[in-house]
Amino acid sequence: MSSKNNLLNKPVTRRSVLKASAATATVMAAPMIIPSTAYGYANEPKGAAVTLGFNVPQSGAYADEGADELRAYELAVEHLNGGGDGGMMGTFSSKVLKGNGILGRKVEYVTGDTQTKPDAARASARSMIEKDGAIMITGGSSSGVAVAVQGLCQEAGVIFMAGLTHSNDTTGKDKKANGFRHFFNSYMSGAALAPILGDNYGKDRKAYHLTADYNWGYTTEEAVRTSTEAMGWETVAAVKTPLSQTDFSSYVAPVQASGADVLVLNHYGANMVNSLTSAVQFGLRGAQVNGKSLEIVVPLYSRLMAKGAGENVKGIFGSTNWHWSLTDEGSKAFVRSFGEKYGFPPSQAAHTCYVQTLLYADACERAGSHDPCAVAEALEGFEFDGLGNGPTLYRAEDHQCFKDVLVVKGKENPSSEFDLLEIVEVTPAAQVTYDASIFGGELGSCNSGA
Amino acid sequence: MELSAILLQVLNGLDKGSAYALIALGLTLIFGTLGVVNFAHGALFMIGAFCAVTTQRLLSISTITIDETKTDFLGKPLQIKTPIVESWFGESVGQALIDWSVPLAILLTIPVMLIIGFVMERGLIKHFYKRPHSDQILVTFGLAIVLQELIKAYFGANQIPAPAPSVFIGSFDFGALIGMDAGKLLYPYWRIVYFCFALLIIGLVFAFLQFTTFGMVVRAGMADRETVGLLGIDIDKRFTIMFGIAAAVAGLAGVMYTPINSPSYTFGTDFLVISFVVVVVGGMGSLGGAVLAGFVLGILESFASMRQVIEFIPGINQVVIYLVAIVILLVRPRGLLGRKGVMES
Repeated sequence: MSSKNNLLNKPVTRRSVLKASAATATVMAAPMIIPSTAYGYANEPKGAAVTLGFNVPQSGAYADEGADELRAYELAVEHLNGGGDGGMMGTFSSKVLKGNGILGRKVEYVTGDTQTKPDAARASARSMIEKDGAIMITGGSSSGVAVAVQGLCQEAGVIFMAGLTHSNDTTGKDKKANGFRHFFNSYMSGAALAPILGDNYGKDRKAYHLTADYNWGYTTEEAVRTSTEAMGWETVAAVKTPLSQTDFSSYVAPVQASGADVLVLNHYGANMVNSLTSAVQFGLRGAQVNGKSLEIVVPLYSRLMAKGAGENVKGIFGSTNWHWSLTDEGSKAFVRSFGEKYGFPPSQAAHTCYVQTLLYADACERAGSHDPCAVAEALEGFEFDGLGNGPTLYRAEDHQCFKDVLVVKGKENPSSEFDLLEIVEVTPAAQVTYDASIFGGELGSCNSGA
Repeated sequence: MELSAILLQVLNGLDKGSAYALIALGLTLIFGTLGVVNFAHGALFMIGAFCAVTTQRLLSISTITIDETKTDFLGKPLQIKTPIVESWFGESVGQALIDWSVPLAILLTIPVMLIIGFVMERGLIKHFYKRPHSDQILVTFGLAIVLQELIKAYFGANQIPAPAPSVFIGSFDFGALIGMDAGKLLYPYWRIVYFCFALLIIGLVFAFLQFTTFGMVVRAGMADRETVGLLGIDIDKRFTIMFGIAAAVAGLAGVMYTPINSPSYTFGTDFLVISFVVVVVGGMGSLGGAVLAGFVLGILESFASMRQVIEFIPGINQVVIYLVAIVILLVRPRGLLGRKGVMES
C-alpha cells in the first residue's frame, strides 16, 4: 500500500520527465540487435568450435523442402568435420578445406524454423545469432524469407548464405553486402528457357501468364515475358493469382477461349502443383488453338514438387538450378554421399544449401578469419568449379553466382520415383549473364557487427 | 463477355460449390443437433482425402525383386516393385484396382469417418456441451491442429497426387452439346462426377432425415430437444450418430475431391472458413440453406476470379464471399433460408 501511495504521491517534475524521456530515447536509439561485440566482430568464436545457423522451413507448406535442406546441411557439417566420404570437398576446385572443421574449429550448428514467413524467419535467425552465437545464417525456401533474413543479417553483422530463393530481388533491388546467393534467379530462367521454347514451339506464339501474387511471381513473369517477347511471342494476358489459392479452375478455364496457345505458370510449390493439375484436367495441354497445340510452361521446376503433380508434368518445360542426374564429378560425388546416407537422391534445394556451406567454409579458410567482412571479400569475385554446376563466378557487384542453367522437361517414361525430370539443355553461363545494375538496389558496405 | 465464358464460370462454381455445400451440410447437422460450432470439420474433410491416399498406398503395397541388369541412382542393382494386388488378381485386374483407388477409397472412408466422428463426440466434444461456445471453438480448433500435425508427421507436408481413374481423365465438351463452337466450353469429367456425387450425398442425407423414423426423431430433437428427451427417447445417442454421419459426409467430400486438388495436410483449412460463411449465409441450422448458399457462393467466387472482373476490381476474387456475407447479414440476419428468430434479436 505504502509503495503504491508513494508512487502516486510522487510529484511529476519537469526534471523527471526530461530524465525519463532521455532514458527512453537512449533505449529506442540503441541498435535492434546487440550481438556480443566485445571482440573484433559479431559472435567471434573464441573456443574450439564455431556455430552455424541453419534457418529452414520445418513447418508449413515447404517443410519437406526444408527437411531436405537440413539433411544437406548435416551432411556438409559432417564432411567439414572430417566425417563421411568428404562429398564434394574432393571435387571442389579450391583445396583449402581439410576436413578439420573451419580454421581448425569444429563445426557445430543450430537450427531454426522459418515457417516460410518473413517475420518468423527473422525471429528464428535473430535467436540463433543472439542466443546461440551463430556466425553465419543460411537456408530458406522462399524469396520473401530470404530478403527479410538477409536484411537482418546485414544489421546484425553476420554473413547470410541464401538457400533456395529465385526472385531477382534477392541479389537485385534488395541485395546486401552481407548476403550471398548461389541459386539462380528468374532472369536466368527466362533467358535460358526462351530459346528452347522458340525451338520447340516456334516464334509465333501467344502466351497467357498466371502469376503468383508476390515478388517472386512478378520477377519471374517479367523475365519470361521479356525474353519470349524479344523473340516474337505475344503476351495475351497476365493474371495474378492469390498465393493462398488452391483451386485454379476458374483461372485456367478461360485460357483456351482467350486465343492463347501457351500457358505460362509462374507458380511454385503448392501453387504450381495445383495450377498445373487444373490446367491438365481442363484438357488445355495439347488442345488445338490457332492451328497449334497448346503448351504449358513452368519456369521454375522443383523435383519435390513435380512429384506432387504426378503424371501432369510429363513433357512440360521448365528450368532448375541443379538435378541429381548430372554426370559431372561433383554432382556424382554429392549424390553418392547423400544417397548413401539418406537412401534417396538430393533435391536442388539440398544441393544449393550444401554448396553454400562449403563455399562459406572455404572463404573463411582463404580469408584466414571468420570476420564477416574478410569472408565477404574472399567470396566476392571468387571463381570455382567442381560443385555440380560447372565453372562458377560469385560476382562481386551483386553477390550472385553465375553458372550454367539447366532447362528441363517432365520425363515421359520415368524409370524410378526420383526420375521425374530430364535435362534438355545446359544453357551456358554467358547466355544468362546480365549487367549487375539492371535491377537497381545498393549493396552497401559490409557490416562485421563491430 | 461471351456466353460461353459465363457458362464456364457457372460450371466451375458448381464443383467448388459442391464441396462447400457438403462441408456446410455437415457443420449445420452438428450445429443443429448438438449446438456445437465444430472447427475441426475442415480437418475431417482432410482426413477423408487422406483415406484416398491411404487406399492408394494399401493397393500399391509391393513385393521387391532385384533386377541385376539395371541399376538405381547410386549404381546399385535396381529394385523392382510389383504391387501385391497384381500378383493376387493378375496384372490387368490389379492395375484396374490401383487405377480406381479413389472411388474404392469410399469403402474405407465411411467406416473410418464414422468411427472418428463417434470417438470425437464421445471422447471430447461431449464434455463441452455445457461450456460456452468460445470453449467449444477453442477445443475443436485445437483438435483440428492436432489432426493436421498428425497427418503431416506421417504423410509429410507436400501434396500427394491421388488421380482419378483413367477413364475420367479429360474433358467433356458442353459447347458442342448446346451448339457452340467445339472447345469453347470444356469441363473435366471428374468434376462432373464430383458434382453428381455431391448431389447424391445431399439427397441421401435429406432422405434419411425426412423419410426414416430415426431422421424424424432427430428433426424433432433439433426443434425441441427437451421434449423429445421427456418422451423417453435417448436423443443424445441419436445425436452422436448424427455427428458420425456429419463426419462421414465431410470425409466423402474430401475423398472424392482428391483428383481435383492433390491433398496435403492443409487441405481442410482452405474450405473451413468459407464453409462457415456458407452456413451463416444459408442460415444457421438450415440444411437447405447450407446447400443453396454453398452453390451460390461457389459460383460467385468463380465469377469473381474472371480476368475481366479482376481487371475491373482488383482483389475482388479474394473478398467477394465475405462481402456477400456482410450484405446478407445486414439485410437478412437470419440468412437465406434461416428460421425466423435465429441470429436475430
